[in-house]
Amino acid sequence: MKTYTNTGNIDTRSGYGAGMTELGRTNKNVVALCADLTGSLKLNEFEKENPERFFQIGIAEANMMGIAAGMTIGGKIPFTGTFANFSTGRVYDQIRQSIAYSGKNVKICASHAGLTLGEDGATHQILEDIGLMKMLPGMTVINPCDFNQTKAATIAIAEYIGPVYLRFGRPSVPNFTPADQKFEIGKAIMLNEGTDVTIIATGHLVWQALEAAKTLEGKGISAEVINIHTIKPLDEEAIIKSVAKTGCVVTAEEHNYLGGLGESVARTLAINTPAPQEFIATQDTFGESGTPAQLMDKYELNAAAIVKASEKVIKRK
Amino acid sequence: MADLKYLNDLVVQVRRDILRMVHNVNSGHPGGSLGCTEFMVALYSEIMERKEGFDMDGINEDLFFLSNGHISPVFYSVLARCGYFPVEELGTFRLIDSRLQGHPTTHEGLPGVRVASGSLGQGMSVAIGAALAKKLNNDTHLVFSLHGDGELQEGQNWEAIMYAGAKGVDNLIATVDRNGQQIDGSTKEVLCLGDVGEKFRVFGWDVLHIENGNNLEQVIKGLNEAKSRTGKGKPVCVIMTTEMGNGVDYMMHTHAWHGKAPNDDQLENALAQNPETLGDY
Repeated sequence: MKTYTNTGNIDTRSGYGAGMTELGRTNKNVVALCADLTGSLKLNEFEKENPERFFQIGIAEANMMGIAAGMTIGGKIPFTGTFANFSTGRVYDQIRQSIAYSGKNVKICASHAGLTLGEDGATHQILEDIGLMKMLPGMTVINPCDFNQTKAATIAIAEYIGPVYLRFGRPSVPNFTPADQKFEIGKAIMLNEGTDVTIIATGHLVWQALEAAKTLEGKGISAEVINIHTIKPLDEEAIIKSVAKTGCVVTAEEHNYLGGLGESVARTLAINTPAPQEFIATQDTFGESGTPAQLMDKYELNAAAIVKASEKVIKRK
Repeated sequence: MADLKYLNDLVVQVRRDILRMVHNVNSGHPGGSLGCTEFMVALYSEIMERKEGFDMDGINEDLFFLSNGHISPVFYSVLARCGYFPVEELGTFRLIDSRLQGHPTTHEGLPGVRVASGSLGQGMSVAIGAALAKKLNNDTHLVFSLHGDGELQEGQNWEAIMYAGAKGVDNLIATVDRNGQQIDGSTKEVLCLGDVGEKFRVFGWDVLHIENGNNLEQVIKGLNEAKSRTGKGKPVCVIMTTEMGNGVDYMMHTHAWHGKAPNDDQLENALAQNPETLGDY
């Protein structure tokens, strides 16, 4: 199979910060809003270089979403920044009415998504955010896999007109996608071609999917690995084409199996090319404290779990 | 100032529009709409600097945000009477396939509406955002907003009030429609608001009062005074005392007509109290 090299572990939120720094220099309409988490969102450089375009809103996320909506009226491109939990569930009504229903060009940028926030525990983790955001008509939902892709996605969404939810995380994860890879919203990336099973992964689970494919290769199983960085709009064509070939699929995500990528894939397949599917996701549970690695193991969001699910789903063909 | 007789005629005609719109679909919110008629007429006819036509960004013109979206009848009527869309379209209020939804939205592309409202408490944040964008654009025009007094029970308002005061958003004029009524009763009974003006003041706002918000001349005078206080480092709050259901005797002094439509006889009675001036739609 294709070889991917980890050029160094780094957090995806730093990809957001790097993307914002670049946007600060290249796009004068971009403004950054933050709810008392400048450092956590890696916005220090943007703030330093563009003090007039950085808005410290304070610990008031509902107000931040409304201000962001208002700033689009006048042509600004607001990027809101806080933890994923406070970027979605806490402000769902504000996003629904003032941003999504009003069709405002706001980029909701959410750090510390999923389980791997770690020690802070369940109140600061969120495993429901993809579902909440993808349910909103007109909302684009993006979950990039590494530093380079998060940076590219940050830059790309500034060019796209419409509300976007961009999700990234805190722990350091392998950085393996090319630094110069163009980010195309809604376009799946084929990481490895295979014939026996399709592994569709998003976010932190993409690297785990590649690791799983390597292990499967050693067992004589040929796995196709697809990186779905955009959950909505979903690249249905890529999914249908792959599963039509392999005949079965494993989806992998750091999110509840309800409402996540797996459900979107299942729907697509159900109405096009029904196939056995296994879900690597949390099983309708809240998280807890622990190191990211411990949590990934306990909740079975890792390469070993993907291998096991692949072997199981192949038998169901 | 525009001819006062014309403005008063417009107020009466807007009242007729509100009553007929709500009666036509047997749903909607006449009480608060009637109470804000003088304000909306004054704002759009006399106070705001507006460009011809409509564009979403509204650069180089004053902007208005209606936060208490349920008083959409008065908003739609004034927008139509000020040329944003055909007056005849008022007849489609709350009907299927209409651009005039029960609560205003940008979704249907209705000229004059820049954000959806209806879920209460969000409008001031949006108005602040629009005011900040004006500052970034070096656009010296103003942003106006209207909020129900009951609506101030929503906590997001206080996040916004704190922000605008602390950050000196001084191109913003937020107006509170102090009619003292909400769905379940008086604001005093449901959740007492206390001294609203004082609350804004301690959050760093410049506050002024319009004692009779149903007196057109007082409203115009008060809003001009508010305009003169912008650009001085503080956001400006206008507390405007109004009477819910103003202009229709049986709708006044009660919260009963917050969200209830008049029947045929009641409509006739109400219209008789407000004889046609500029022509019904």
